[in-house]
Amino acid sequence: MNKRFNEIRLSGSGGQGLVLAGIVLANAAVIDKKKVTQTQSYGPESRGGASRADVIISNEEIYFPEATRFDTLLALTQEACDKFLFDLKDDGYLIVDNSIVKNIALVSSTVYELPFTEIALEKLGSALPTNILSLAFLVKISGVVSDKALKEAIERTVKKAFVDINIKAMKLGFELAKKTKK
Amino acid sequence: MSAKKKQENQPDKTNSSVLVKEPSEKPKTVLMQGNEAVALAAMEAGLDFYAGYPITPSTEVAEVLADKLPQRGGTIIQMEDEIASICAVVGASLAGAKAMTATSGPGFSLMQEGIGYAKIAETPCVVVNVQRGGPSTGLPTKPSQGDMMQSRWGSHGDSPAIVLYPDSVKEIYELTIRAFNLSEKYRTCVVLLLDEVIGHMREAVSVPDISKYRVVNRLKPTVPPEWYKHYDEDQKYLSPVASYGEGYRFHVTGLSHDKYGFPTNKASEIATMTRRLKKKITQNIRDIIQIESFMMEDAKVAVFAAGIVARSAKSAINAVRKEGFKVGLLRPLTIWPFPDVAVQRMLKNVETVIVPEMNQGQIIHEIERLTKEKNDSDIKRIQRTDGELITPSEIYKKIKEVL
Repeated sequence: MNKRFNEIRLSGSGGQGLVLAGIVLANAAVIDKKKVTQTQSYGPESRGGASRADVIISNEEIYFPEATRFDTLLALTQEACDKFLFDLKDDGYLIVDNSIVKNIALVSSTVYELPFTEIALEKLGSALPTNILSLAFLVKISGVVSDKALKEAIERTVKKAFVDINIKAMKLGFELAKKTKK
Repeated sequence: MSAKKKQENQPDKTNSSVLVKEPSEKPKTVLMQGNEAVALAAMEAGLDFYAGYPITPSTEVAEVLADKLPQRGGTIIQMEDEIASICAVVGASLAGAKAMTATSGPGFSLMQEGIGYAKIAETPCVVVNVQRGGPSTGLPTKPSQGDMMQSRWGSHGDSPAIVLYPDSVKEIYELTIRAFNLSEKYRTCVVLLLDEVIGHMREAVSVPDISKYRVVNRLKPTVPPEWYKHYDEDQKYLSPVASYGEGYRFHVTGLSHDKYGFPTNKASEIATMTRRLKKKITQNIRDIIQIESFMMEDAKVAVFAAGIVARSAKSAINAVRKEGFKVGLLRPLTIWPFPDVAVQRMLKNVETVIVPEMNQGQIIHEIERLTKEKNDSDIKRIQRTDGELITPSEIYKKIKEVL
């Protein structure tokens, strides 16, 4: 995808690994030689509370570093989905975890609903890599960074002991995207 | 810390005051966080000693240094609180170390006493304040520009301040090095003021850009020890400075003191001291002030903003310029001393000034002071204190209102 400006918001609650996913995505953009900013917003809690990471990827200089009109929105909680949905661009992708998000006030061909958390539990034995699983899905659907860059970014960013499971999660995310891409 | 290792890793501080680093071999772009940039740049500037007490949103500075500074032979201590942290920093600096601490609003309040001590004792050090919402504990994870005035006037007793205000990760790197350089040169505490969003933001930073900065070290005395005056002054109100353990005798106190550092009540000696504290900043102001002028050449409307708010302003200005309107931005990189002359000159031909800031109105008073010929209605404000950023569209709307 060669958009001039690409705004991605990864949203959910604290502890779901969204800030880490944002850092991975931003690193992938650097590997792809793009300009990038990554910001985050979260509460004072370690777990729980609203959490989000914004990544802006561009070929031009980025001034305002928070996403305001999203090209892609990942929502892993109902609250996040409700709050941010209306700032999604008309042709923007909405990706939700429908094991958690039950109501979506939008019907569009660019909406993707998958039970990411359940899939991670079932196929990877843990809900922890849900962030990378859904990020890989997002990358494959939107093409915002290359597959190769994402892999390299995971290897660079994630703690060594967790690289393997996250690479597995990434591959699973890519497969799911291939199957469901509309 | 091994003394031998320290020697290998530290620049020679005995003689020359300037070191120019060679550019690194291969160009490389990395994703770097703002607070991480503070830590890396501080080490690049020759940081020997860090003492601090962790506080959101500044914690990553200590986190990175805890990992990397000891490997370079430096020392990092987690103190019992912020008061002890600034005292340790001042003590380390008196012993010759380049010393720094990082904190946020609540800790910055506690440090004010020690910052005043560093100023009167003319002891170089750097204090990083990653601002968060206040008052008090306020909003640990949300941005605010509430400490603009505290960074200037927070410490009692009428002393000048040098405060730098970056707006990107790359500039954090540059201004951190500059903060150390200015503190060494002017023998004072320099504050690096960050917005929470800038401290936590990650951006692509090109390594060769950041690997060739000038590093300034404090001048060392060359006179025999019996001639040494710890608080001497040249025409620029500057003087070489000895450290403890180098064979020079001097006294350090928070009381007003003479040139040897001993307490004095003599009016003439007190006046000499207070004049030097002021003049060393005001007489060298052109070396200290940095200001960015963005599309100001023909501007009829100017936005005056610092840090993250200036980035929103640039975005808004680009949009308005595309519609053919003449709008520009003034952005201080040095917020204190306030860039009076530059601001006055650049705002002279402007009809309206918009001052967006994430507080209840602090910098706007400086602009009002410098634009007395304008009507009150020519100065517009945007003030936001709900923990959210001022967006480009808010500034865009305000610009369109006044056009």
